[in-house]
Amino acid sequence: MRGWVPFLAFLLLVLQGCAQAPLRGTGDLGVVIERAAGSVEIVETSGRTVLARVTGLGDLSHASLNFSRDARYAYVFGRDGGLTQVDLLQQKLVRRTLQAGNSIGGAISQDGRLLAVANYAPGGVKVFDAATLELLADIPAVDDAGKPSKVIGLVDAAGNRFVWSLFEAGEIWVGDFRDPRRPQLRKFRNVGKEPYDAMVTADGRHYLAGLFGEDGLAMLDLWNLDAGVTRVLDGYGRGEEKLPVYKMPHLEGWAATGTELLVPAVGRHEVLVVDQGNWKEAGRIAVHGQPVFVVARPDNRQVWVNFAFPHNDTVQVIDVPSRRVVHTFKPGRGVLHIEFTPRGEHAWLSARDDNKVLVYDSETFALVGELPADSPSGIFFTHRAHRTGL
Amino acid sequence: MKRCRHSWFAIVLVIPCVALAAGPDTARQGEITHLVRQDCGSCHGLTLAGGLGLPLHPEALRDKPKESLVATILFGRPGTAMPPWAPFLSETEAEWIVDMLLQGKF
Ligand code: HEC
Repeated sequence: MRGWVPFLAFLLLVLQGCAQAPLRGTGDLGVVIERAAGSVEIVETSGRTVLARVTGLGDLSHASLNFSRDARYAYVFGRDGGLTQVDLLQQKLVRRTLQAGNSIGGAISQDGRLLAVANYAPGGVKVFDAATLELLADIPAVDDAGKPSKVIGLVDAAGNRFVWSLFEAGEIWVGDFRDPRRPQLRKFRNVGKEPYDAMVTADGRHYLAGLFGEDGLAMLDLWNLDAGVTRVLDGYGRGEEKLPVYKMPHLEGWAATGTELLVPAVGRHEVLVVDQGNWKEAGRIAVHGQPVFVVARPDNRQVWVNFAFPHNDTVQVIDVPSRRVVHTFKPGRGVLHIEFTPRGEHAWLSARDDNKVLVYDSETFALVGELPADSPSGIFFTHRAHRTGL
Repeated sequence: MKRCRHSWFAIVLVIPCVALAAGPDTARQGEITHLVRQDCGSCHGLTLAGGLGLPLHPEALRDKPKESLVATILFGRPGTAMPPWAPFLSETEAEWIVDMLLQGKF
């Protein structure tokens, strides 16, 4: 009988080992949205593999996500208004709430405690406790005339603020959420016709909303709100007829290279270069189609661009110093998103209609990996957890 | 022999009519369905419940004249984000899309 004790102890240890996954960090993890299946893949960028699939996230067309401050959880915002918290380490769905009819994206506050979600229908911003998903504030996007708007371009800013724009009303609102249940709002009106997406510069200082209804961007200096909204790149189309737009460009991936911003032109086969010193146009780069994402490699030396239908099989690489397109290739059908690894050695691309995620070496442009994914769209790596505006 | 040739002729005449009424062939229907879900879906939502673009569910479209919906698809709506699809879709194909939308078949 006594002889059994060490054996049982050993067995217990072994069983415990089985029940617990080996310890690991999250710094090389990421999430790929599978837009048609309503699922996400948890991937790792060191060995370039899929670790797990988490299902049951609803309509994920146009989904985006934010990472918790500790980069353990992903908060996924779905088109159906679903907000889902996914645990990257335990590889499972933690919480899910249907918070609106139709949402477009979200942001996480500077202190990581608040999640804000931008909604189309009913239009507005809802703010949740990131730990419990309890609703703390609900701010309908209704202008002074009582007309509802869709909310777009929601970002986080210093001082636990969120900033967003109203598509129909043409307004930018800044909400201070230091007291989350009693937000202080400041509204900027007549910023321009139909802001369709927005971004904040890497230092968190300037909020820029792209306009769909006219050529230009509306800019707000978050260090000096009293200066109000100013117009950047006003009339860059020079009154020429713009081409029909088959997919709205995204500004979240706007490349800010430190001294210059590279911006997708709306309805033109161009990337616009803005001098961040004087906010004037510094040049334009002719590209293969209408740009959707314009994404800078983390060292800002290159910018990778994908395109709207019917040019969405192509990706181009711009060399920033020379402003020249140095590489054009066709990675697959329906290239929807580009995400660099934290130090930029690889670019991951999603090819929706080929059901693949492709990994390219950003120096040699060689294909170095390929992962299966069901109709993949957005790819998000955890280093976003520590950047303002992502 | 004579009668035989006659009926063959009739069939040839009938086929194009059948094809017209039925809209695009099966392979093309597959392509268009993909286009509607994915590329129209980028504005109207993958399930067409609406987004930047209006909802395209049968309840949302039922009371609108069919010709005007077909025209919206082919020529877009100037002054809004709805682009013209005439470069990529024929009139028959746009009509087929509206029929399918009205039946909630995408
Ligand atoms: C770039 C965005 C965008 C894309 C892509 C797009 N639409 Fe639209 N669509 C809109 C917008 C915006 C409206 C609303 C226009 C208005 O305000 O009247 C609209 C309106 C419509 C309407 C009229 C609805 C109504 O109730 O009157 C139909 C039908 C329609 N779209 C079909 C399509 C189809 C089919 C496709 C794909 C072949 C498509 N759309 C792709 C933006 C888009």
